[in-house]
Parts: sequence; structure tokens; C-alpha cells
Amino acid sequence: MRLGIDVGGTNTDAVLVSRGAVVAAAKRPTTADVSSGIVNATRAVLHEAGLDGSTVTRVIIGTTHFANAFVEQQDLLEVAVLRLAGRSAASVPPMSGWPKALRERVAGPCFQLPGGYEFDGRENCAFDEHAVRDAAGAIRAADVDAVAISCVFSPMRPDMEQRAAAILRQELPGVLLTTSASIGRIGFLERENATIINASLMGIARRIMQSIDGALLEAGVRAPCYVTQNDGTVATSAFAAEFPVLTFGSGPTNSMRGAAFLTGVQDAIVMDVGGTTTDIGALVHGFPRESSIAVEIGGVRTNFRMPDLLSIGLGGGTRIRLGNGTHELTVGPDSVGFRLIDEAYLFGGSTLTASDIAVKAGLAAFGDPARVPVSSPQVIAQILERFRQVFEEGLDRMKTTAADVPVILVGGGSMLVPRTLRGASRVVVPEHAAVANAVGAAVALVGGEADRIVSYEGVERKAALLELERVAFDSAVAAGADPGTLRVVDVDETFLSYLPGAHAQVRVKVVGDLATAGAGT
Amino acid sequence: MTSVVIPKARELTLPDLKDLARGCAFLGSGGGGDPHTAMMELEALIGPDSTVQLIDAGALGDRDLVVPCGWIGAPTVSAEKLPSGEEALLGLRRLETLLGRDADAVIPVEIGGSNGLAAVLLALRAGLPLVDCDGMGRAFPESQMVIFNIRGLRACPAVLTDDKGNCVVIEAVDNVGEERIARSASVALGGTCHLVEYPLSGRQVNETALCGTVTDALAIGRAIRLGREAHGDPFAALFAALKASQQFSRAGVLFDGKIVDIRRETKDGFSLGCAVIEAFGGAERLEVEFKNENLVARVGGEIRALVPDLITIVDRETAETIVTERLRYGQRVKVIGASAPAALCEPASLAVLGPQAFGLKTAYRGIAELNGWK
Repeated sequence: MRLGIDVGGTNTDAVLVSRGAVVAAAKRPTTADVSSGIVNATRAVLHEAGLDGSTVTRVIIGTTHFANAFVEQQDLLEVAVLRLAGRSAASVPPMSGWPKALRERVAGPCFQLPGGYEFDGRENCAFDEHAVRDAAGAIRAADVDAVAISCVFSPMRPDMEQRAAAILRQELPGVLLTTSASIGRIGFLERENATIINASLMGIARRIMQSIDGALLEAGVRAPCYVTQNDGTVATSAFAAEFPVLTFGSGPTNSMRGAAFLTGVQDAIVMDVGGTTTDIGALVHGFPRESSIAVEIGGVRTNFRMPDLLSIGLGGGTRIRLGNGTHELTVGPDSVGFRLIDEAYLFGGSTLTASDIAVKAGLAAFGDPARVPVSSPQVIAQILERFRQVFEEGLDRMKTTAADVPVILVGGGSMLVPRTLRGASRVVVPEHAAVANAVGAAVALVGGEADRIVSYEGVERKAALLELERVAFDSAVAAGADPGTLRVVDVDETFLSYLPGAHAQVRVKVVGDLATAGAGT
Repeated sequence: MTSVVIPKARELTLPDLKDLARGCAFLGSGGGGDPHTAMMELEALIGPDSTVQLIDAGALGDRDLVVPCGWIGAPTVSAEKLPSGEEALLGLRRLETLLGRDADAVIPVEIGGSNGLAAVLLALRAGLPLVDCDGMGRAFPESQMVIFNIRGLRACPAVLTDDKGNCVVIEAVDNVGEERIARSASVALGGTCHLVEYPLSGRQVNETALCGTVTDALAIGRAIRLGREAHGDPFAALFAALKASQQFSRAGVLFDGKIVDIRRETKDGFSLGCAVIEAFGGAERLEVEFKNENLVARVGGEIRALVPDLITIVDRETAETIVTERLRYGQRVKVIGASAPAALCEPASLAVLGPQAFGLKTAYRGIAELNGWK
């Protein structure tokens, strides 16, 4: 029995999944300490299923808590930055382009040190152990606890970063360290930014992960605990405490993975209709399509592996303004959000929302439709037509081909979406769609990845790809995968333009089930 | 719609340079690389009170030494191995030693894309003025595709430099040889490096360079921003700026629609491909073929624009340029066409950088004629 928990901004959802089916689901308010919300939701779902905590064999948690902490600048550590780059990048100091307040909060001492590689793996500049030791001394003197280490082309050759990390651990016992190769891919500044963000969150991440372990024990669950990452795969809770940044995009990823599980459809467009917005993403072979462009978090450019999402301003709480002589009918873009239950006409409020119209039109049954002051069937039809246009345009933008595709609806506002859409081969609303995030967490897999620039001159292409596969397999096994279930889900090969010769950036991604050894299922 | 007026001989501030970056991206015609890193470098280098001096070519003395510069190599590599900040100055100093005299000014070899900002960085570091002109009037994939080569000037001596301080002096017998040598040396130097080439006299700049292109880029970038800030429609402002520009005065929307197909392949170090854009609610389609930069636009098989005229795909709401590597299915775009500088459309120029130089079977026809623009 797997327990999936989604800690959202408003609700903490819990589901129990066994043998490919949802056994029970529960929803409780999220609490400021995170952990009591988890205790409450866990107890509720176990009660719902009539089961004891000992029947749970795996707990998998999805949370956007760390992303929120960064954006809201809560509990961030000051971070020292060690760059192993020789002279490269000296013209662009660490944290260039960050919002000023955030930079002032996070920036510790920065060091531009010898080191770094070229695109073909040659050394750009030799590593200098003494320079790293000197930097460690300066970091100790500045009394800074967290350090980010970046090195040019470290995604291809992480060894210099590892050497520097080993020296820092020796010199600064208890230091909180993040190396850039463990965080991101090619793209130096963006990867360094992500590394700094991660280091700044290591304090809060350790505290939260410990409190989650405590919460599960309190609810009577002793199973191993995992946390979902941006790409829909899991990490151990100890790993998540070290790499909080890798959970930043896990919310939408879990909802899409949950949608795939609940419907059995592996290739589709998923619309997660919330209170304020609808997030539209593409499922490819059961995983979210990833964004290929730089993602900004709290105003900082990064190159995380994030799902490619289109957020449109239409959800259950979106405000509707009726047309009259002077202005036209408008749908949004503002919303009453979580205040829906106070402000919508349905619940005795005085704001016209998308939910009011949907219920009045008979698309859903909640609240009191008699309170909604719109009765003209023409006006209602006109508003519903506007909803249709918005969803159809969003669908069209996220499709990758001109052919019709299946659409899966999840989230609390799915009644707003018409059951036939131009561009959709069919529209599916699965059972348990409201807790798709927690379901996605419960069914998460283990992944591994390799990302290198490869020269096919002198190396046969097939052999080069096999070597990358091996690296990806090893990283998945290290993350807890059962080697027998591993499979390659993506090979992305981009040849380098403006450069002679056959150099390509190749990314190989593998996934598999969680290994059973030691824990039982 | 009043156009953006930019005074002659002036000091460029950081906000000006941000507008310039936006304009350079537009003039990249789909290529030339993302100016983001160069903008970060500029921000680190230039204080709130410091400026870059921009002068007209007419202000140069005939015997002044003017140095064109830019970067060559793979954008993927330059996203990982960022400049030390010393490459350009090292190359300039080496060239000065070779020529036995100091430089008086610098110019971008290529105004389109990130190279439009490379010369600004060198001007700041060397304390030299930037001349309001360039050698390509847009972006091109190879360094011989430049007006200085077309006019018979020599690329060499040219100097390649890298982040480590390596310095390669090229004394090639001809300009195509210089491109070949520079391209292979760029691999040994780590896949991305700085190039100073085509050392020019002030007189040669006035006789050959594409003048006013820095001002044009700045005006284009500023118009897009102001149009967006003022009333949400940047296109009227963009076209006013293009119409008032010195080099790109014939311009218009070639197409408005959504990207419905993208095909790409990489061959011999070039990113080749094709984007198909479909009109809203209509069956009409425009197809753009690219080789790093956009080369040809066809509507229903009929040609509407050809290299060297500019074909730039922009977001249809913000007018922000979308470079070829960022094109994706579903994007709502406008395809903007603009006439290339007249000097690039002469027979001698077309032989070097016209449609046939890119392997297209068709002969060049001007964008105004193809679209019946009066």
C-alpha cells in the first residue's frame, strides 16, 4: 500500500494506492508547520480506508513548500559561492541579474578560482587545492554556513566540484554544500543560480524533512519516505533535504502523472483547473514534457528540469463581469481565488464567478444556484462559449502536433471545461480527479539522467549513447531504482551549430520502479 | 504615431543599451545568439553614471584605425563558458601591436544578435568610441558574409582570443580562408572565442560600412518597449521606427498566425530547418526556411522575402523577437519583413550572401517588390 501526500498552498491531500487503484482519499487544510497538516490528512485517509498505519509500505510526498519559501524569502541562508572557472565567466559575477533585495539577502563571499573544463572534456584550467583551502578559511571567517560550488562544464565532468567539496567538508565540518553538477545541466549562469538557490534552502529543507518524518511516525506510519521531483521521479527524503530545489516544479508534474495513472492514457494534454488559473501541460509517454527555455523563479533565471506549462487566467473563482451599454462582457483575468466560498453568489456572496455560471448552467451541483442573479439562457450560453474559446486556445498552444489529442481534466474547476473541445479527440474526467496531485505522488517512479556534450569523431555514435545510458542507469540505481525495471524514456540529441565536427549535446533519461529490497511493498 | 528620435553623437546609458539589445535581437533575423549574457556583462561593467560614446562615421578622420569585432563559435558552448572579459581587449592590443599603432574606434562586425553588444563591451573596456555602423546590417552565419569582404577589403590580420588568454593571429591569403581558419581554430580555443578582423581606416568605414545601424537597432528596441508600455501595441511603434531608420526603411507584416510545424536538423555545424505558420481561421500558410538565420519566407509556395532581406519572427503580443532555436509549435507570432541595407542587395553582395550563397535555387528579388509595397 502506497501513501501519496500532496502538500499544497491551501490543502494537504492524501491518497492510498494499491495494485493500481485508489483505495481511499482525504483532503485537509495545509498548516503553517506542514507536519500537522500531514498528520491530519494521513489519519483521515487511513480512517477512510479502515486501515492501520502499518499497512503503508511507502510514503511519497509532493510539496511546493520550498519553492514558496524561496519566492517569499523565508528562512534563506547566506550562501558563499565558489566558482571553479579559471578566467572564464569573470566578467559576469555570481548572482548577476538577481533582484536586488534577494541578492542582498543571500549573497555571501564569492570566489573565482582556478578550474573548469572545455566542451570536449579537456581541462580549461588546472584545479588548485590551496586556493580552495584559502577560500574555506575566508568562508569560516565570514561565518557563512552554506556554500554553492560551480565549475565550467561540470555536467560533463563533475570531479573538480567533488574535489572542492571534499576539501570544504574537511575544512568546514558541518558545512551545507551544493555542487552544480548535481543540480542542473549545461548553461553556466542558470545552473549556478539554481545551485545558489538550493544552498540557500538547505537549512529549512532539513528542518521540514525532519518534521515530516516525525509527523508520519505520529500518524503511525513507519514506511520509508520519498519526495517527488520536478520530473515526476522520486528522491529519498534525505536526498530532498540536500536538494530542495529539485522539488520546485513537482506540483504540476504530480497532477499530470496522476492524470496519466487515473486514466491509463500516456500521451495527452492535461488541464488542471484550479480556483485562479488553469495549468495546461503535455504528457509524453506518461511524463510531463519539459520546458526548453529558461525558467524564472522569484526573478532568478534558472535551467531546472521543469514541466512546460501554460497558465491561463480562468479557474473556478474567475470573476465575470456582464456586458451592458458601456462595456462588454469580460471573463477574468482577476479571481476571488480561495475566497470563493465567501464571495461567490452560490455561497451567499455578491461576486459573479465562473463557478456561479457553471452551476447555474447545470454543469455542477454545489452551493445555491437560486442566488445567482443571471437567468438569461443567452447570456449563460455566451459566457460558456467564452470559456470554450479560452480552453480551446490553451489546448491549441500546448499541442505538439496538428492532430487531435486526448484531453484529461483534473482539479476542482474541471466542470468549466466543455466535454467536447476543438482539437481534442476526447475529453476525459477521471474519478479522483480532485486529488490527482497526491495520486501522482503515490505512483512516482525513480529516474536517472545523463547530460553531456559528446564528440562522435573517433567514437562510434552507438557506443557513445550506450555509455550515457550506463551513466543514467547508475544514477537511477543510486537513487533507489530496481535495476530490472529501468528503461530509457528519452534521448535528446542536439548538434552544436556554428561549430565544425560532429559534436552534440545528448541527454538520456531513464526511469524504473522503486527497489523493494529491505522495505517490502 | 511619432517615431523615436535619437540624437547624433551621444552617450549611451544602461537603459539605452537594454533597448539596443532588444533591437539587435530583432535585426538578427532569427539568429545571432541571445544577447542575454552580453547584457549581464554590460550590467556588471557599466555603472549608473557611466556611458559609452557613440559617434557617426562622418566624425572619423580618414586615417583613423577602426576595429570591427565579434564572437564566433557555438551558442551552446558560449552558454556554459562565459567570457573572462579580457578576450576583446587582448585581441585589440595584439592587433595594435601588429599594425604598429593604436585603434581610434571600434564597430560591431555584425549588428544582429549578441554580437551587436560585443563592440559596446570592447568600447567600454578600451575607452574608445563606438562608431554608428556595422558590417552585416543583420546577422550572418559566416564571417566572409560582410560588406568589407564584398568591397574587397582584407580580413587579415585578424586575431582570435579566448578566456584563457590564448591568442591566434591569422594571416590568411584570402577572406574565405580567414573564415575557415578562424572556424577550426575556434574549436581548439574551446568552441567560442573573440575575433577582431578587417582592420579599417576611417575612410574605408565611410566608404563601405553600413552606417546608422547602431542607432537603428536602438530605435527599434526602444520603439518596441515604449509602444508596449504606452498602449500595449508595439507594432505601430516598431514600423514607425523601421520607416524612419537609415537602413531598414521598407518593412511590413508578412504574416500573422500560429506555428503549426517545426522541422530541424543540424548539418555541418548549421542548424537547418523550417517553420510553418498558419493564419488564424484560415487555411493560408507561411513557411520560413532557416539556416541559423531565416532565409526565405513563402506563402502558399510563393516567395515573400529572401535573404539578405530581414525575416524576423516575433511574439504577436509583445513584439519580442523569437530566435530560431526558441520557435515552438503553438506560438502566436507575426512574421516581420524588412528590407536589407541597399549595399547588400547589389549583385556583388548577393554573390556572397544572397539566396544562392545559401544553396537556394532562386534569384534574389527585393521584399518591397515581392509584396507590392509602394
